[in-house]
Amino acid sequence: MGKVKCECGRVNPNGTILCESCGRALTEKAKQDKLVDMRYEGSARRSQTYNKTLIDKVWNFFSSVKVGIWIIVLLLVAASFGTILPQEFYIPSNVPPETYYEDVYGTFGKLYYLIGFHDLYNSLWFSALVAALGVSLVIASLDRVVPLYRALKNQRVDRHETFMKKQRLFAEREGTLQRAEWQRVKEALEKKKYKVRMENGALLAEKNRFTRWGPYVNHVGLIIFLLGALLRSVPGMYIDELLWIREGETLQVPGTNGEYYVKNNGFTLENYQAGEDPEVFNEAINRVGTVAKNYQTDAVLYKNENNELPGASPKLEEVQRDAIQVNQPMKFGQFAVYQTSFRQDEMKAMHFALTNKETGEEFGEIVVDLFDQQASYDLGGGYKVELLGYYPDFDGFTQEGEPTSKSPLPNNPAFLFNMITPQTPEGEVSFAQIRNTMEPLGETTFKMAFKSLDTRDVSALTIRKDLTLPVLAAGGLIFMIGVIQGSYWNHRRLWVREKNGQVYAAGHTNKNWHGLKRDIEAVLEGTTIPRPEDRQKE
Amino acid sequence: MEKKKKRLVMRTAILAVLAGLVMYTLYTNVTKESRGILEEGDEAPDFVLKDVNGQTHQLSDYKGRGVFLNFWGTWCEPCKKEMPHMEKLAKEYKGQVEIVAVNVGESDFQVENFAKQYGLTFPMAIDTGKEVMDTYGVDPLPTTFMIKPDGTIDQIVIGGLVQEEQVRALFERVKPSS
Repeated sequence: MGKVKCECGRVNPNGTILCESCGRALTEKAKQDKLVDMRYEGSARRSQTYNKTLIDKVWNFFSSVKVGIWIIVLLLVAASFGTILPQEFYIPSNVPPETYYEDVYGTFGKLYYLIGFHDLYNSLWFSALVAALGVSLVIASLDRVVPLYRALKNQRVDRHETFMKKQRLFAEREGTLQRAEWQRVKEALEKKKYKVRMENGALLAEKNRFTRWGPYVNHVGLIIFLLGALLRSVPGMYIDELLWIREGETLQVPGTNGEYYVKNNGFTLENYQAGEDPEVFNEAINRVGTVAKNYQTDAVLYKNENNELPGASPKLEEVQRDAIQVNQPMKFGQFAVYQTSFRQDEMKAMHFALTNKETGEEFGEIVVDLFDQQASYDLGGGYKVELLGYYPDFDGFTQEGEPTSKSPLPNNPAFLFNMITPQTPEGEVSFAQIRNTMEPLGETTFKMAFKSLDTRDVSALTIRKDLTLPVLAAGGLIFMIGVIQGSYWNHRRLWVREKNGQVYAAGHTNKNWHGLKRDIEAVLEGTTIPRPEDRQKE
Repeated sequence: MEKKKKRLVMRTAILAVLAGLVMYTLYTNVTKESRGILEEGDEAPDFVLKDVNGQTHQLSDYKGRGVFLNFWGTWCEPCKKEMPHMEKLAKEYKGQVEIVAVNVGESDFQVENFAKQYGLTFPMAIDTGKEVMDTYGVDPLPTTFMIKPDGTIDQIVIGGLVQEEQVRALFERVKPSS
């Protein structure tokens, strides 16, 4: 496929509209147009030239702005579908999504689930659309910025008069210009910070060319932003874990590969008190009853010095102590630990008294830790209680009469005790729950009377690490720089040429024509250069 | 001509890089759920745990023998069903296939009581911090990992083993060949 040779001798890439060098119109359409289309300086958008191989076809597809806009529209429409019903992430975790959507939203919900809209933002096709947008951004930008750069770099000072005649700001007159006039306009332009080049009886003044790169800088920022989002799925870049920790417990910090442990030294929930706290809260307190003031976990962070094998007993070195409050995370290394949720008054230990059923006399109290039981509790004086069985979440008896537990959590603790006293040296068996005792093996003289309960709070902490934030921030910053670069300056040019007893003057800017006109008016003051007129009245 | 060729190479290179990035993203997105989860054929991660008698058990000590690595809890009904089969075969395959029963963080009392009730003599280790459980990605109980003498996972069995013959078949698969 051929190149286009201009009359001025410049060999232009195929598809060029205006000669890169002198600016003559090269296509039939451009020759007939009254004004030239200065987008991309009339340079050949590369994709329009070759269309032979598969690579070129793919390239051309993504190079099209039309395609890019369609991708954006599709993304917007698709993303909006995900907002109709709550995403899978937000539905209660104890119900399977297969049934949840149908149960709650009926047929529509079932359809929503079947199409896959319940997990839309993680779906393959949505990711593919975002990826297509990224590819479109890269290729469409490259395909335009390179020829534009070339055209602006190669532009000649003495543009052909047909180029000048087709500019929006243009004027001509017969005659010639004095040397002093050239000098005068040059100085005036330089005072206005124009870069001025003079050659062969022609002048080109140009200012703020860098603003033309604004959109491309902006796209670079967007691409970096998308890369940052992509980094999230790279292992180790992004961690978001939840840890339920009871008061007094020391647990491995998830996401740190066993390197760190955290201890919960106590959870506090404070409410605003009428009278004590500033008056502004009174109205709200009266209206809703309680208003939370503070959720806080007092935490100790440890580093595990013995972290070679999972299961090995940790050797903990204290690193720091911190009060974790909402919006006041504990920070260490690249991690931040946030207060997320809590559960108050989980059962911790139960107190029972060995009691004579008839007389009500008590022979001592035992405390059974629900997380660490003893096989026997000696009360002295021949009184002893043996623990035969512990059922943390008591669920009834099997056919064989064996008590069962439905989970390891102490939601409904039950115990099988053997009570040994001087009167009953063989022991008597009692099945005890909160406020309830049973005698499964026959009537007994003694019972284990429930006395009281120790409780503690459970705190939920979120452990988060996000190494993609700096990338996202850099992308956002570059994006903004591009926007500013493209918005607050204008690329202004003025051409003056004297040829064969004619003086031509033309001006072009990418935006703010009024500003350019004022500049031109000022610099042509006191010269015989014709004042370019705006031939496209708004 | 030369220039055209250069352009094609350039475009191909850029498209290849972009395609690579896209593929990687889609791949990591799709495999996000199953990442880090053990599969048959993987090396079984080493761990060390104490049993109720205070004795230490390290998985790598059992190299050269098959291992029946069982995760269980005292409340779990199918665990209760399979334990007697395990006890019987542990004795039969002594020196060839070892049982390591990992309790998922219950109290010493509960584990000891359970062992006594069912007459179990193989080592009962307690995974207090649930670290081993996390490492192996165990969710439903019981889950059993059959580990070959070379330390790789032969099979992962989720759910209870009701029949003695099922357990025996697993033992047979991982016993040393000599």
